[in-house]
Amino acid sequence: MIRAAALAGALTAWALVAYGGRALGLVNPVLMPTPGEVVEVAGTLARDGSLAQHLAVSSLRIAEGFGLAAAAALGLGLLVAVYTPARLMLEPVIEFVRPIPPLAFLPMFLVWFGLGETSKVAFIAYTTFFPMFIGIAAGLGRVDVMLLRAAASLGASRRELLRRVALPAALPSIVVALRLGFGLAIFVIVGAEFMGADAGLGNLIMEGRVFFNPAQIVMGALLLGLLGSLVNGLLQAAERRVLRWRALG
Amino acid sequence: MTMAGPGGAGGARVQIEGVHKAFGLDGRSTPALIDVSLEVQAAELLCLLGPSGCGKSTLLNIVAGFIPPTRGRVRVDGAPIAGPGPERGVVFQEYALFPWLTVAQNVEFGPRLMGVPAARRREVVARYLDMVGLSEHATKFPVQLSGGMKQRVAIARALANNPSIVLMDEPFGALDAQTREVMQEELSRIQRVEHKTIVFVTHSIREAVYLADRIVVMTSSPGRVKDVFTIKLPEARDRFAAEFTRYESEITRVVKEEVAKVRE
Ligand SMILES: Nc1ncnc2c1ncn2[C@@H]1O[C@H](COP(=O)(O)OP(=O)(O)OP(=O)(O)O)[C@@H](O)[C@H]1O
Ligand SMILES: [Mg+2]
Repeated sequence: MIRAAALAGALTAWALVAYGGRALGLVNPVLMPTPGEVVEVAGTLARDGSLAQHLAVSSLRIAEGFGLAAAAALGLGLLVAVYTPARLMLEPVIEFVRPIPPLAFLPMFLVWFGLGETSKVAFIAYTTFFPMFIGIAAGLGRVDVMLLRAAASLGASRRELLRRVALPAALPSIVVALRLGFGLAIFVIVGAEFMGADAGLGNLIMEGRVFFNPAQIVMGALLLGLLGSLVNGLLQAAERRVLRWRALG
Repeated sequence: MTMAGPGGAGGARVQIEGVHKAFGLDGRSTPALIDVSLEVQAAELLCLLGPSGCGKSTLLNIVAGFIPPTRGRVRVDGAPIAGPGPERGVVFQEYALFPWLTVAQNVEFGPRLMGVPAARRREVVARYLDMVGLSEHATKFPVQLSGGMKQRVAIARALANNPSIVLMDEPFGALDAQTREVMQEELSRIQRVEHKTIVFVTHSIREAVYLADRIVVMTSSPGRVKDVFTIKLPEARDRFAAEFTRYESEITRVVKEEVAKVRE
């Protein structure tokens, strides 16, 4: 209820500023598209099927990039958790690369992987990998030693300790890391599609800028936001399901 | 029963020889244990008594195989211990229940690892939950339990795995007086039937006299063995018998000396 009310409030504020500002001559119509104009652009693009196509292209890139990075973060996170030499080797490398703003590397991705899909997917994977890996590795590293001891004295092997104790114990951190990574994927897809893309929501926004169509820019941004909250909602629902035991306390 | 090790029935199952333990880098900090030597005989219930911080949990952790001694050695059935193992069950002072598993799943954890078939596991879980009086709470999660209930789950979980040696760290510490006596009776009943080898840490001298075959009193930190009492009382003990009270006051006197040192 509160959420719905807040959303309605934000929309109303936007409408007020856009329509009201226009009526009073305070706002340059070109700079502040109205909700009506945004819906109109969306309608036009939806009718010729291009909106669905842009959405699909972006979603696929996000899914692939994020999926790759999540798999790598999980795999390496586990490796680092069970094998100390791997941790000692990986940690300094990751600490060195991590603080470099990913966008600084974007041109390199275009050079390495070309203008096609690979560069975008690789860029999203690269950007989202670090925070996810760090979150997952930290979660696995923080597992309560008492729980590991308890399981070991009940006969758990190293494998079983990982599967039956470390993973479930770290699940909350893993889910948080995945949500963080996905948010970041939505964040950087725009940058990836600004450069040398022929489709996608980022491309749509860029097109809006080039042809000076603010309504299209706003629509692209809102769609990305919608996509982000949709998936975040799904992940949160999954989180509530697997972490049922925590909510009961 | 498969209790007796190479030593044969009645032999020492746990041999603690000259164990020192110091924590910190290179074990340089103040020691927690100094030259502790003890033997726990097969089918014996040995109680550890001593002031808080004297190293009881530390000693138990060493026997469990969680931490190595700084010096000295510990053997179980004649073999040096290499880490934890299911033949040495542990009831932790802090319970250490798996929070993402229900009460029943916690109790089932060991048997499941051992590959016990599902039908048999259900029996085991039902039996031990009944024993600790938690049958109605089988589907709850640990966060939904009181401290005393968690403690009973921890006991059920350890016993359901049928270890021949049980290391219990103040297992009844969080229980109310009535439940505590019921649990003491239950443990002594199990002991009469199953003849496990038990090391039992407690602060309650009454509890120790009620349960123990022998009581080891430790000195205040750093912990050493101060005194060992063999309790020659019938198996079914009467807390009000004159003999019982005599042991109680004698041991109380020895323990008090140590507690007084801590407070000096
Ligand atoms: N991991 C550790 N690192 C450093 N010091 C420790 C560690 N564990 C225990 N100690 C120290 O070793 C000593 C013995 O601790 P221990 O927990 O074994 O005492 P205890 O006899 O079980 O006490 P209590 O009756 O309060 O449970 C204490 O002085 C404690 O501070
Ligand atoms: Mg202790």
